[in-house]
Amino acid sequence: MYPWLVPLRRDRRARAPQIPHSSALATLASAAGGFARSAFPFAKKLVDEGIETWMARLLGEELSARMDRVPVNLGSAGVDRFGFDPEWAKYALSAAAVLHRHYFRTDVFGKENVPTGRVLLIANHSGQIPIDAAMIGAAMFMDIDPPRFIRAMVEKWTQTLPFVSMLFSRVGQVVGVPENARALLEQDEALLVFPEGARGISKTFDKRYQLAEFGLGFMRLAIETNTPIVPISVVGGEEQYVSIANLQGLAKFLRMPAFPIMPQLLLPGGQLPLPTKYRITFGEPMRFTGDPDDDDSVMEEKVFLVKQTIQSMLNRGVKSRENIFW
Amino acid sequence: MSSANIDAPIVITGICGRLGKRLARVLHRERPVIGVDRRPFADKPKDILHAQLDLRRKKLKDVFRSGNVAGIVHLGVLHDPRASAEEHHSWNVAGFAKLLEYVAQFKIPKLVVLSSANVYGPQPGNAQFLTEDAPLLGGSRFGEIRDLIEVDMLAQSFFWKRPETETVILRPVHILGSVHNAPSNFLRLPVIPTLLGYDPMVQVIQERDVVNALRTALRPGVKGIFNLGGPEPLPLSRIIDILGKSSLPIPFSLGNMMMKRMWSLHLTTFPPPELDHIRYVCMVDDKRSREELGFLPAQSIEDTILSVHADR
Repeated sequence: MYPWLVPLRRDRRARAPQIPHSSALATLASAAGGFARSAFPFAKKLVDEGIETWMARLLGEELSARMDRVPVNLGSAGVDRFGFDPEWAKYALSAAAVLHRHYFRTDVFGKENVPTGRVLLIANHSGQIPIDAAMIGAAMFMDIDPPRFIRAMVEKWTQTLPFVSMLFSRVGQVVGVPENARALLEQDEALLVFPEGARGISKTFDKRYQLAEFGLGFMRLAIETNTPIVPISVVGGEEQYVSIANLQGLAKFLRMPAFPIMPQLLLPGGQLPLPTKYRITFGEPMRFTGDPDDDDSVMEEKVFLVKQTIQSMLNRGVKSRENIFW
Repeated sequence: MSSANIDAPIVITGICGRLGKRLARVLHRERPVIGVDRRPFADKPKDILHAQLDLRRKKLKDVFRSGNVAGIVHLGVLHDPRASAEEHHSWNVAGFAKLLEYVAQFKIPKLVVLSSANVYGPQPGNAQFLTEDAPLLGGSRFGEIRDLIEVDMLAQSFFWKRPETETVILRPVHILGSVHNAPSNFLRLPVIPTLLGYDPMVQVIQERDVVNALRTALRPGVKGIFNLGGPEPLPLSRIIDILGKSSLPIPFSLGNMMMKRMWSLHLTTFPPPELDHIRYVCMVDDKRSREELGFLPAQSIEDTILSVHADR
């Protein structure tokens, strides 16, 4: 189904030399490996087919067809140099796409504003857990033409967690350092950044749709790599989890980024986000020029323009919707 | 510059290592080669002069006194993780400092030092591709390699102090081939242990490519620090696939405990902190060596990986 990946690896395995094993442990492990090698493709086939039929039922044939049209920079082993593997991304995306279409029933506006080639996607951050990132990712894949995979940056401590570090890297998330962002943009990727960071996502309900302070790093990056900025407003995320307070002292003590108090967690089923309707708007691309190493005050002015644009897009979005849930 | 002089000899320290022998075999066809190593050079080509002595000995001076040496390739770094810390330090740092003294005294026009990308160290917060300017943090989690970082630093300060000598520092990623270093030995294991839930991207380079880079670095006019990145990076799991071997995923805490126990019982040659290499990324940006040095790895990624079993 995805010819750019599977045959390559299978050929190589067949060509690889057989190494004679000596010790008992080696024999045992190789037997286990041999079993795994024959059992895994079978299990994988079942899972693959299961997901495929499930996807086809929920999303139409669209997802697979789109998968073939995404521009990616893959090496001969089917991964890019950051460890991104489209085969893994397929599963992450199909889950996000189901939420996108059927749970949050996202409306996407301004599809024509996303340029091809390198782009910095700057969005408001909300909702206690980063579902907004997944929804923007799903929108970029399901609704934008040509479909794009988004790349985002993660905290470096995520790299110390088993499975999480591997999953993040395979679905295209990279460690949040400026060098990585620069390298991704030079590779003409679409990079999603939330300049509010943790301040934005852990907002309490009374502060909803009011942008928190923006970081300046994204602006320096945009100027340095000559990348257009697409402002994005996400409406609907703030109501998915209603947080009435954020216990910062406790969060600091527990070394967590935030400790929100969410009464809905006590209700049966309240652990799930509320099925609000998401409305994602892509604004017109903004270009900035100047010296990327300029003073903070100069950068702040430019960042303020982006922040204002997103804030007014948010205000309009909130005002024009008739109901939170439909 | 006299390093252009093809008749002047090149001194190779640590010539009896596998990499040293390979370099000597390539180089002695083009120009005179003098080897320095305390080990004997068994099947030495006839035209290579071999001084079997310790780098720390005064006698080393005679090697330089006898002729106008065109350049030095310093490979004589001790990597034995079992050697005592004191011996390690005295050999690697004191020996190298001695060598630098002679380079300055006899105004040798070229010094090539083979360092390693390990000096950057695998860290959770590493950029995917570290440039030559990245800090050398390798010692923060793995104290035993501090003297290798010190050698790199000594060479760097020498670069600034003695501009009349063209100093080149090469930092290759994991070298694979017939060499008996940790990454090659690791991939030679019949079943390759990995850490459950970790599959970092890894760069490897074939020893013949490293020899080529060393030869390129001897070219007059070349100086500075260069990362050598090898062919394209791959996830560790794909490397094991290419070798056609099975892997044995072990949870980190268990693996770390086992390694420590095995290390103290002398059952393994891998020091426990090296587990970080199969946990976090430590990859380099080799743009500078590609553009300024004009060095491109000639071996494909498959050949590079399969070369760990080449001498079977």
